[in-house]
Amino acid sequence: MSKRITIDPITRLGGHGKIDIFLDDKSDVERVYFQVPELRGFEKFCEGRAAEEMPTLTQKICGVCPTAHHTASSKALDDLFGVEPPPAARKLRELMYNAFMFENHLLHFYFLGGPDFIVGPMAPRAKRNIFGVIDKVGVEMGKKVIDIRKRIRGVNALVSGSALYPVCGLPGGVSKAITEEDRAEIQNVTKDAVEFAKLTLNIFDDVVLNHKGSAKWLTSDVFCHRTYYMGLVDDHDRVNFYDGDIRVVDPNGKEFVKFEAKDYLKHLEERVEPWSYQKILYLKNIGWKGFIDGQDSGVYRVAPLARLNASEGMATPLAQAEYEMMFHALGGKPVHNTLAYHWARLIEVLYAAERMDELARDGEITSPKIRNLPNQTPKEGVGVCEAPRGTLFHHYESDEKAIVEKLNLLVATQNNAAAICMSIEKAARTAIKGGSISDGRLNVVEMAFRAYDPCLACATHCLPGKMPTMVHVYDRKKNR
Amino acid sequence: MTEKPKIALYWCSSCGGCEESVIDLAEDLLTVAAAVDIVFWPVALDFKYKDVVAMNDGEITATLINGAIRTGEQEHMAKIMRKKSKLLIAHGSCAHLGGVVGLANFYQREDLLSRLYQEVPTTNNPQGILPQHETIESGRKIKLPDIHDTVKALDQVVEVDYYIPGCPPTPELIKEAMMMVLENRLPPRGTVLAGKKALCDTCPRIDSKPDKLRIKKFKRIYETEWDPEKCFLDEGIICLGPATRGGCNARCINANMPCRGCFGPTDNVRDQGAKSSSFLASIIDVTDKEALKKTADSIPDPGGLFYRYGLASSILKGKLTPKSS
Amino acid sequence: MIGFEPKIIGFLCNWCSYEGADAAGRARKAYPAGLRVVRVMCSGRVDSQFILEAFKEGADGVMILGCHPGDCHYKEGNLQMLKRYVILKRVLSQFGIEEDRLKLDWISAGEGDKFVKIVCEMTERMRQLGPLPR
Repeated sequence: MSKRITIDPITRLGGHGKIDIFLDDKSDVERVYFQVPELRGFEKFCEGRAAEEMPTLTQKICGVCPTAHHTASSKALDDLFGVEPPPAARKLRELMYNAFMFENHLLHFYFLGGPDFIVGPMAPRAKRNIFGVIDKVGVEMGKKVIDIRKRIRGVNALVSGSALYPVCGLPGGVSKAITEEDRAEIQNVTKDAVEFAKLTLNIFDDVVLNHKGSAKWLTSDVFCHRTYYMGLVDDHDRVNFYDGDIRVVDPNGKEFVKFEAKDYLKHLEERVEPWSYQKILYLKNIGWKGFIDGQDSGVYRVAPLARLNASEGMATPLAQAEYEMMFHALGGKPVHNTLAYHWARLIEVLYAAERMDELARDGEITSPKIRNLPNQTPKEGVGVCEAPRGTLFHHYESDEKAIVEKLNLLVATQNNAAAICMSIEKAARTAIKGGSISDGRLNVVEMAFRAYDPCLACATHCLPGKMPTMVHVYDRKKNR
Repeated sequence: MTEKPKIALYWCSSCGGCEESVIDLAEDLLTVAAAVDIVFWPVALDFKYKDVVAMNDGEITATLINGAIRTGEQEHMAKIMRKKSKLLIAHGSCAHLGGVVGLANFYQREDLLSRLYQEVPTTNNPQGILPQHETIESGRKIKLPDIHDTVKALDQVVEVDYYIPGCPPTPELIKEAMMMVLENRLPPRGTVLAGKKALCDTCPRIDSKPDKLRIKKFKRIYETEWDPEKCFLDEGIICLGPATRGGCNARCINANMPCRGCFGPTDNVRDQGAKSSSFLASIIDVTDKEALKKTADSIPDPGGLFYRYGLASSILKGKLTPKSS
Repeated sequence: MIGFEPKIIGFLCNWCSYEGADAAGRARKAYPAGLRVVRVMCSGRVDSQFILEAFKEGADGVMILGCHPGDCHYKEGNLQMLKRYVILKRVLSQFGIEEDRLKLDWISAGEGDKFVKIVCEMTERMRQLGPLPR
């Protein structure tokens, strides 16, 4: 009869989750189960709906990253109707998108995952939250966090209709043009956003990099996995959130494959286990070898660290300098330390701010030409973008009246499903030895999880599930 | 020294958007947080279930629950929160009406499963494995949570005192609801804490609406452009403003997009979808049977559109299917 | 279905169809007993919510009988109903309710025979479709 420890609910992340840790006779970790008790079923209930409703319907998969779904969906509609948005519309979408990424990553750093570092993983749990963060960084800084977030949300509301759920996406463009006054207002915000991003990186320097305890976590083997990495890149192989090709690098950082969104079925595959409601994505051309890392396993990772690993740099100057600094500090590319996700995330915050600023300075975004009307019969479309938590695919098939007949959605967090399992189990095995358990130690298990900023609302747009993180203890030669 | 009122926030079958809308209170969140004691809020604080279970009945002043009810666990939690709280407030469309996730009631639970595990093109599942309710694994039973056949709104499983509508609710409405609780100035129980009139009353385009709307064909938003100053209905584009409660600040309209009904029906309407179909019928300007059928057919997916947020709490609640014995 | 007697709710307008039903009664005509009549002032008064409520409460079929176009006591209440009916039928089919379960027709005060015929046809069609699952 094994003992069981339950962490329920997993806190400070987007969605429901529960971790069950089973201990053996020596009170060491025998098995860890990660459970997501949820069911929604978007893949089915969006069938029969009008295609033009998809951007506002599918974004309800996730209230943490609705703009990602809205964007992937709008792009899938462009493809479905065979229509390209005019330049101003494309830029407005990208501006909205970077504003969202900036805000969303900051939310994670200050509200969700960051408190573990800023306040400390072993801090009393009543302090491990935004209020504790404000105590630590000072009320002035706390106000700044809240203020910049509010103003960026304002930019999103201005461009897309709603701070939270954008409604502007249409096949071939957006619903609303912006004025020169709007643009001036946006520039005011983006200028400050760049400064704020720099400030946040300084805080990260202070509380993490220059803090022995935290820095130790960052490079600790507990949180390390050698995997493949995937992310969107532009035509110079630099990180891009809104558009590009999908690039995969191997655990040594070498390009493994680069493909267009419409070819995703050739490269990605999901497996189903009878004991789990969560499907597990892996690289199709390597195949599923179980929950193991390394060159021969199809397990890959996505999201901030993966995007930086899978690219050759950042497209904006300040972010590029930080990119070089991070890889220099952590011993070169690719970096396999899961907690470096937090650092990579802040570099992306800086990039998003700089990119927003570039777009806000581009006079073309106030052009009234924001739509091209489709003139071909809809049939099938794929859209992709980089959600905060990784690559997101929307794939629709419709009849000639643009009523959706089939959908497939590959959601950011699902790409990381296998890696998240591996990370939780590894952290649990390290943190819990001989039955020594404390709130702080259990929080370390959750930290493995929060580094990915997993969005369980997204991952379970499909179904609820238990995800045994490793079903058998196995030796390295054998697949499960 | 009096104790601060205790507040809890919980989510059921939801997307996290309602939590975000609380965080969007921005500096007001700090004001509210200073005035109350937040005792449970999984998205932002580290309190766990056992902390709630240990509380006395009625100890929490008010709990805001967002999300619809789909699983046994969610229903169980809703009942616990009900017991521990003096006031239970349905927060957002899903708790209020079933929300977008309620659209699943047009399908069977089994349809959801087979689509996801056996049909989608990325799935490699030659044996057609479906997740099992119970699997025995190395002597350990692994159980999956029980999933109800249908999605329900919160008040279909527990008594609800107030409703904050919207997908998402506006931060202003959430703040006002909180202040009502804190300042003890609550309206009669059962009130929906938003506007009393239809969205059209507060629509910035109301002046462009002609006395008599006359439509021969409904246009789809992908196939046409429209005047950003004019009433959508007058342009032949379906907008659910007349059948929808106001109080959203006309967010979608201001982004030049038509209303899709997230605030639910006004007080005197029982079924938002039925009302939507009626008011659209009333503005059609043809009575010849053939022409009329054509006009009706120009509405894409009427069920999905009119019941987008309110299917689970509508009169019929979802697709009628023979009861499986 | 053997032994299945469909329940049908009929909304009859006060001015024509109800009179027509009365005429059938006065002439001692027989029609199926499964029809429950609700008298309304005008077919245009039949709110779509009434129809949904009827289906929810156990009706296998719902009929709305009004005045012939042009004869409406309130000018065009019946035409308003006609427009509502055409859209509502599409909505009902998405709820799994076959279109034939909802019927709109015109009966004048003198058309007792037509009333009987329509009720018989509707009942027969409901027998074919069987009970509405709930």
